[in-house]
Formats: sequence, C-alpha cells, structure tokens
Amino acid sequence: MGGIWLAVIGGLVFLFGYKYYSKLIAERVYRLDPNYVTPAHQYKDGVDFVPTNKFVLWGHHFTSVAGAAPIVGPAIAVYWGWLPAFLWVILGTVFAAGVHDFGTLVLSVRNKGQSVGSLANKLIGKRAKVLFLFIILILVLMVNAVFAWVIANLFITFPASVVSVFIQIPLAIWIGYSVYKRNGSMLIPSIVALGVMYASAVIASRVEFLQIDLVRYFGGQEATSLFGLSSTSMAFLVWIAILMIYVYIASTLPVWKLLQPRDYINSHQLIVGLGLLYLGLLFTNPEITAPMTNGAADVSWFPLLFITIACGAISGFHGLVSSGTSSKQLDKETDARFVGYLGAVGEGALALIAIIACITFFPNVEEFQATYSGFAAASGAGLGVFIQGAGQLATGVGIPADIAATIVSVIIVSFAATTLDSSVRLMRYIIAELGEEYNVNPLTNAHVATTIAVVSSAALTLLPQGPKGFGSGGYLLWPLFGTSNQLLAGISLLLITIWLKRQGRNYIATLLPMVFLMFMTLWAMINQVVFEWSGVGESEGNMLLFIFGSIILIFTLWILITAASSLSKKGDDPSQFSA
Amino acid sequence: MKEKFKRIIQLYDEMISLPHKTEIARELRDEDDLFLLLLYSDMLGLPNPVFYYTLELYPYIIEKFHDWHLRMGMEHSPLDGIRCC
Repeated sequence: MGGIWLAVIGGLVFLFGYKYYSKLIAERVYRLDPNYVTPAHQYKDGVDFVPTNKFVLWGHHFTSVAGAAPIVGPAIAVYWGWLPAFLWVILGTVFAAGVHDFGTLVLSVRNKGQSVGSLANKLIGKRAKVLFLFIILILVLMVNAVFAWVIANLFITFPASVVSVFIQIPLAIWIGYSVYKRNGSMLIPSIVALGVMYASAVIASRVEFLQIDLVRYFGGQEATSLFGLSSTSMAFLVWIAILMIYVYIASTLPVWKLLQPRDYINSHQLIVGLGLLYLGLLFTNPEITAPMTNGAADVSWFPLLFITIACGAISGFHGLVSSGTSSKQLDKETDARFVGYLGAVGEGALALIAIIACITFFPNVEEFQATYSGFAAASGAGLGVFIQGAGQLATGVGIPADIAATIVSVIIVSFAATTLDSSVRLMRYIIAELGEEYNVNPLTNAHVATTIAVVSSAALTLLPQGPKGFGSGGYLLWPLFGTSNQLLAGISLLLITIWLKRQGRNYIATLLPMVFLMFMTLWAMINQVVFEWSGVGESEGNMLLFIFGSIILIFTLWILITAASSLSKKGDDPSQFSA
Repeated sequence: MKEKFKRIIQLYDEMISLPHKTEIARELRDEDDLFLLLLYSDMLGLPNPVFYYTLELYPYIIEKFHDWHLRMGMEHSPLDGIRCC
C-alpha cells in the first residue's frame, strides 16, 4: 500500500471532523454566540487583548503549539505497527484533541481570558491550582530533560546540522534587535536568515570539516574518553553542558531579543517542512514497508501507545496556549471553532506525516524489524528514522536525501531548542510563583530559579541510563512526559466538563475523551511505577523514574478526587461561571 | 493577480509576526509605564528634582494616565489634581 493513501484517509477524517463534528460541538455543546463580547474587545489594551483576524490567529496558534513533540512520539510509536499509531492520531485529533483545544479556548473566553490554572482555582478550588502548578512544573522539567537529549542526540547523529543551528542564534539576535529598534518588517530578514541556515546545512552536508562531530573528535565510537566514559557518552555530556549554558542565558534574556525572532524563523521552517514532506509524498508515493501491527512487541501498546504519542493526538500544552494567549485575541466567539479545532488538526497533520516518513523509510519489513527490535531500541532510533525517512520523501521535490536529512534535522533541533528555551523560562516563572505562594523569597530571584531549573533538568537528562549509555536517558523519560502531558489535557477536559455541567448542558463530548484519557494515563502510570520502576518483584527498578512517577500519580489521584467532589456538587448558579 | 499575491504575503506575515508584535508592544508599554512613574513621582510623594520641567509634559500624557493607573492596579486616579475617572 502506498503511503499517500494514509495521508488521503487521514486528510478526509480531519476534514469530516472539522466540517461536521466540530460544527455539532460548536452549536449543541459550546453554543457559540456571534454576538458575545469577547475579552479581546472587552479588555482591549493593544498588547494582550487584541481582536485578531481568525486566519492570523490560527496561524499564530498553530505555530505556537506545533513543535518537535508530535514528531518524536509517532516516530517511536510505529514500533507497535503503523495501524494503532495512525488510528490514534486521526481519531484522537478529531474526538479528543480538537474538542480539548476548542473547549479550553471557549472556556477561557467565557471567563475573561483566564488561563486553565486560574480556572482550576475558580472551578475546583485553591488546592487544585497549587497541584496544577506542580504538575505543570513536572511537565516542563520533563520537556527540558527530553528535549535537551533530543538535541544532543541529533547533534551526534547528524553533525552536519550543528553549524546551521548555531548560526541561527546570532541571526535571530540581529533580527530581534533591528526590528525592535527600527520597527521594520521581519519577513525579509527572517527569510534571508532561513536561506543562510539552509545554505550552511547544504555546505556542511558535503564538507566534512564543517561537521562538528564530537564522537569523532573523542576518537570514534569504540574509543574510551576521559573519566572512563565512551566517546559517545562524553559527546552527550559536552553537548548537554553546552545546551544548559545556552538555555540559561537564553531564558534570562528578554523574549524579544532571542526567543521571539527564533520562533519567527521557526514558523517559516514549520511551513517549509510540512510543505516539503507532503509534496515529496505526493511525488514519490513510497510503499509502506512497516508491518500493520506488531504481535511480538516486548511491551504492550495498550495503554502505552496513548502516552507515547502525546502531542499529535492530544496535548495538555495546547490548553495552556489556548487559554493563555489565543483566548485573549479572539475577535468573535464563533472563531474559536476555526482557531482551536483546526489548530489541533494542524498538529495531527504533522504527526501523520511523521508516521508516514517512518513507515516508508525501510526497503523491507525485515530491516524495519531489525531497527525497531524492541521498545528501548525504537525509543533510541525513532527520531533518526524519521529524519532519514523525511529526507527520502524530500527527494520527491529534487533535494538529495543526505542534504534533505540535514535540513530536516536542523528543523527539528530548532523546534526543540525553542521549546527548551520556553520551557526553562516557564519553569523559572513557576518556581518563582511557588516561592511566592510558600514565602520562600530566594526562589523569586530570576537567577536562583533559573539555576534550579537548569541543574535539575541536566540531572534528569544525565542520570537515567538510556539505550546509548550515560547521558542518553532522555527517551526513557518520554512516556513520563506523555503521562504528565496527557494528564494536563485530561484535567483541562475535566474543567470544561464541570463548566458545561454547571451551565446545564450536555457534557458527554468532553466527558468521554476525559475518561478515556485519564483511564489510559492512570493505567500506564500505575503499570510503570509499580511494575517497572519500583524494584518490587520482577521489576528492574529505577529510583529516579519511580520517584517522579509516584509524585505525578499521587497528584493525579488527589486532583481527581477533588474534582470528582466538585463535579458531583449540585445547586450551583450557572451565571457565576460565565462572564 | 499581483494584488492577491500581495494580500496573501501580507496575511502570512501577519500570522507569523503576531507574537513578536505583542512582545514589542509589551516592552514599549513597560518603558512607558516607567517613564510615567518618574513623571508622576513627585505627586506620589517621591522627590523628583526635575519636577518643574516634567510638569510641562502633563497635558500631552493626560490621556495615557487613566490606562496607566489601571495597569498599576489603582482602580481610581491616585492624584487629586487629575480626576480622570
């Protein structure tokens, strides 16, 4: 079967989902009102609250939520065969992610543009807000550790991408500075920056001298480097140290200096990447060589699949963006369907092409099975397979596979670096907020909070022993990232459900995905924490993951009990929860 | 055709530059807030050696004053001389 058919089927499901299901939800459940005065108009200040054209807002929303995560999850999950991953991405997008992203947007619009954290406080209680803060804190800690590992791993596997990624930093600073001081357009400078980055990727792909290959510098894969570490482990250590120094500086700078211009360049990269891959798919129509299902898997897809593909099907991070920024800029309430639901569909389309790139890369099923020989092997190799597969797809538009692979790895590293930068910044804010909440003044200092964020993230990246030895533990954390992310999405769906119930409306459309998500997440968490990481019985034991997993599990149960009692409350005044 | 193409490019630029515009507006607003704080410092009880000169600027910034005191968390004008709300 040709890979293009998956894109066609997926595209049709997304189209029907948007055209019919989201319309049904908009009219019957969320009951969007075109005459409702949105917070963008009510609190218009020209900065946060700005009524914005729905196409413009969708573009902003989509580029804010899309990143490396919807690629990493599917690239690992195809280990269980392409069918489960494909079904979860398309059905999860239509029935869970779309409803969630759309719902958090509506909920926030109906509550003065407040974020889901503040709404947890309002709908469930103050304790829920603090628990929510802790869950977000753990989530961003996971993001930091996992994405630091993703970048280090790609620098080691694709050394030709290093120069382009580092060139992006001064270019972004230059764009940020010139736009801020001269108030000019960013379009032309950012396209020039993109051209410079890709030109350097092309040159570095062909000129070995420009490939910053630390493993080779340390004597090759077989060599032993300092402190008895293998050269690969040493390379991980050096890259992670460099990344952590970079991220410390980047996350303490004002956002307009580096983060925003980088984001701006990356938004072009997202469009370029998606266009390149879907066009390449159209022209090459490669055969699917991966098996439909994997009966011999060493770990069960049920329920692990639903937390391995976290972003791409449903993601709690989307709720943070929906209720954090997009809700403050919504011009009409009826635009929420276009912005929220289609934002999730865009992310689904990215996850879909990631699946297709991985399952069409190998020449035959034997080679696929040799690479995806076990879950740990799939975790270690997944992203590399996606990059090679994407490179192969890009040959359809005339780009040589090796150059295309370097460009794709530059795109992924750029996404991951921006995510890393933002999440360290977010972690700093949360630590400061918790410091204020509990009167621990030193934590409110930016440098103290950033140091805690950076050191804990580095420790979490380096301590678990991953498939490539010391420093490669990031992928072991991926399911834990998935659980905390899905948990956040589940809680957001729960908040929407409580709100709908208090409004006296039918809440089945949000309750069902919430129950499904919570059930899968809790099952997977209990399975991992008790049977894999605890060290009890036949499990191997992993104290670090056991501690983190247990904390998340306890918080989840706590928040669920608090929310369940809140959901069962009767006699609320619906107007109290609606602006 | 040319107009349509221009419009598409403009829409694309707006889509991608939205967060950047917001961030710059926030930076400029923060600078303005600091400036206004310095300007009204004497009326708020903080000695300002150049008060005599800044007084001349009041008519020009009076319209911004209301937004500023709201952003500073003061529901009503804190200054007796300026009753904006």
